[in-house]
Amino acid sequence: MSNPTELKNWYAGKFKKFEESLNGESMLSIHETRKAALEKFLELKFPTLKDEAWKYTNITPLFAHKFEDILTVKPSIKGVDAEKYLFDKKEFYTIVFINGVYVPELSDEVNEPGITLCNLKTALTKYTEDVSLHIAKFAKIENSIFTALSTAYINDGVFLKVKSGNTLSKPVQVLYVNSGGDNLLIQPRNLFIIGKNAQAKVVESYYAEGESIYFTNVVTESYVDQNGVFEHIKIQEESEKAFHISITEIDVEKQSKYSSYNINFGGELVRNDLNARFNGEYGHVTLNGLYLTQGIQHVDNQTLIEHAVPNCESHEMYKGVLDDQSRGVFNGKVYVKKDAQKTNAFQENKNVMLSDFARVDAKPQLEIYADDVKCSHGATVGRLSEEALFYLRARGIGQELAKTMIINAFANDAVHSISIDEVRRRIEDRVAVKLDKQKNEND
Amino acid sequence: MIEIKNLRAAVEGKEILQGINLTVKPGEVHAIMGPNGSGKSTLAQVLAGKEDYEVLEGSVTFNGKDLLDLAPEDRAREGLFLAFQYPIEIPGVSNVNLLKNAVNEVRKYRGEDQLDAMDFLKMMKEKMKLVDMPQDLLNRSVNEGFSGGEKKRNEIFQMAVLNPSLAVLDETDSGLDIDALRIVANGVNALRSKDNAFIVITHYQRLLDYIVPDFVHVLYKGRLIKSGDKSLALFLEEKGYDWVKDHVDEFMAV
Ligand SMILES: Nc1ncnc2c1ncn2[C@@H]1O[C@H](COP(=O)(O)OP(=O)(O)O)[C@@H](O)[C@H]1O
Ligand SMILES: [Mg+2]
Repeated sequence: MSNPTELKNWYAGKFKKFEESLNGESMLSIHETRKAALEKFLELKFPTLKDEAWKYTNITPLFAHKFEDILTVKPSIKGVDAEKYLFDKKEFYTIVFINGVYVPELSDEVNEPGITLCNLKTALTKYTEDVSLHIAKFAKIENSIFTALSTAYINDGVFLKVKSGNTLSKPVQVLYVNSGGDNLLIQPRNLFIIGKNAQAKVVESYYAEGESIYFTNVVTESYVDQNGVFEHIKIQEESEKAFHISITEIDVEKQSKYSSYNINFGGELVRNDLNARFNGEYGHVTLNGLYLTQGIQHVDNQTLIEHAVPNCESHEMYKGVLDDQSRGVFNGKVYVKKDAQKTNAFQENKNVMLSDFARVDAKPQLEIYADDVKCSHGATVGRLSEEALFYLRARGIGQELAKTMIINAFANDAVHSISIDEVRRRIEDRVAVKLDKQKNEND
Repeated sequence: MIEIKNLRAAVEGKEILQGINLTVKPGEVHAIMGPNGSGKSTLAQVLAGKEDYEVLEGSVTFNGKDLLDLAPEDRAREGLFLAFQYPIEIPGVSNVNLLKNAVNEVRKYRGEDQLDAMDFLKMMKEKMKLVDMPQDLLNRSVNEGFSGGEKKRNEIFQMAVLNPSLAVLDETDSGLDIDALRIVANGVNALRSKDNAFIVITHYQRLLDYIVPDFVHVLYKGRLIKSGDKSLALFLEEKGYDWVKDHVDEFMAV
């Protein structure tokens, strides 16, 4: 056990070793960004329950571990079958990491006239200008100690740039598989740049082999330029003993469209922050989410949508299914600034409790300073309908399948608009497996 | 087919069924009539396995098995079907999804192969004709936004697909206009065979003009107080349930 200060020193103390591991690359300008972030990291405090944004999520369990950055321990990637987590390889570009380590054999590097796709480490040297133009510009180190930590150790992750007028011919699956090797700190850093009139789809996926304890701290920056369209799915199936903290920054320009599907099955302590900003009129943002929790899992989703300009539209649908003693948190903030007239902002959070001991704290927050707007929000907490369950069973459908059908139907609102069938099916199957697994444990 | 012996059941500590005895043989149609609140739906739900009802005493043997010992899904898989008085709405679960899963779960239980998509669709088409089921109801969420008549028709459609050996129809006729009633009755009649049986619960004898029963039983205050043939239904129609309530002894002696 250590305290927050000790932990800070622990993470900061690894910086020298990290620098050495970079070899010549510490000469790049990005390294100044890292060093500034390290300073900020030392300045900032870990959040406590007294911080409004962390009111329901206690991160002290994090202080019980001294996680090791993958660059300092060089984890093994042997014996992990990453391929089984891949979608149909022909239908997706893939970028694969095992224990945070890039696996070129399983990954695609795309360098076509309109498209650049590769791991971030490659991009740092190969597309230095493109990267440094955007990285750490959207995710501000002063906003979060976890962003500062990520930025201090910027090393690898995914870089995608779709230039103006181009459409990525296949979706990208970014795969992070984490196995064995307890105690790893894995810090994926993703940067997605969608140009004017450009289009892309990315599935960011996190899987685990086994029940190891590790800490994923991910920062993803997405920029969608005018008229761009970006569909961004994140599937989080970390080990049920893992920490997963993720910050997603989203900047959308005029008339562009961004859709997020934030799907959470794994992790013991999970926190997702999604911050979306409209920088131009007629933008469209969808933030949907699903969390299915069991045991002592804790999943906290915080969303912020800033309507800074007029005529934009945002839709949010977060759905939770909570069992055992698990906990869910949803804090959805919609901020409509004075000039953001004709804003449409709709937000909903619905939860189904499968146990009397599960708990959810839902806090929709609308702050509206414009007068000509359409906004709504709502949060509900209910139970699985016994009537519906009985009706299906009376038709010969087994209890577990009946439950899965009802829950998948409930979850459907949040995932039905995912445009990649295989991904949607995978999510539905996963709901079934997770509910089934619980049945096996109860039997 | 089914043998119900001295069945007593309670809900929320209140005894509703106070000793039901009823035997139904293959090929037979039994009607159960009775005033509101006499326990008709309770009997239907107890047979289907609703857990809210506590069985206090008695036994039910269904095709040689102890029915009360089976989970609701296994009762259905053994060939019991309940057409609900108030069909449940299930948002997001399509009718066709329900039926595909139901058919395959039943087949799995019986050690049969899963139906492939083509065969399943063929069967659906056939059964839809039987009850004049519009195609769009198939793809809509189960009973959600269905009219009263559509819900009842949907119950009979599900019955047709699952082809049970014993179907319990709980007031399938209530709320139906005469055309819908005829459709529902035709569906039932088309499915009648020497191997299956029906328990038709109804409040009115009207339905029995279309589905002609072999036996009529009167359920009153949790007991089957009288049994007879179809003429008993006509007698009830003429006298009304209020008369029965006021003249129970006389009625039983008729
Ligand atoms: N779930 C329940 N909770 C409490 N009381 C019930 C419940 N179901 C039925 N009852 C009571 O049991 C009695 C019989 O009801 P029911 O079987 O629905 O009668 P019927 O179908 O003949 O009209 C009524 O007094 C009714 O109020
Ligand atoms: Mg009734």
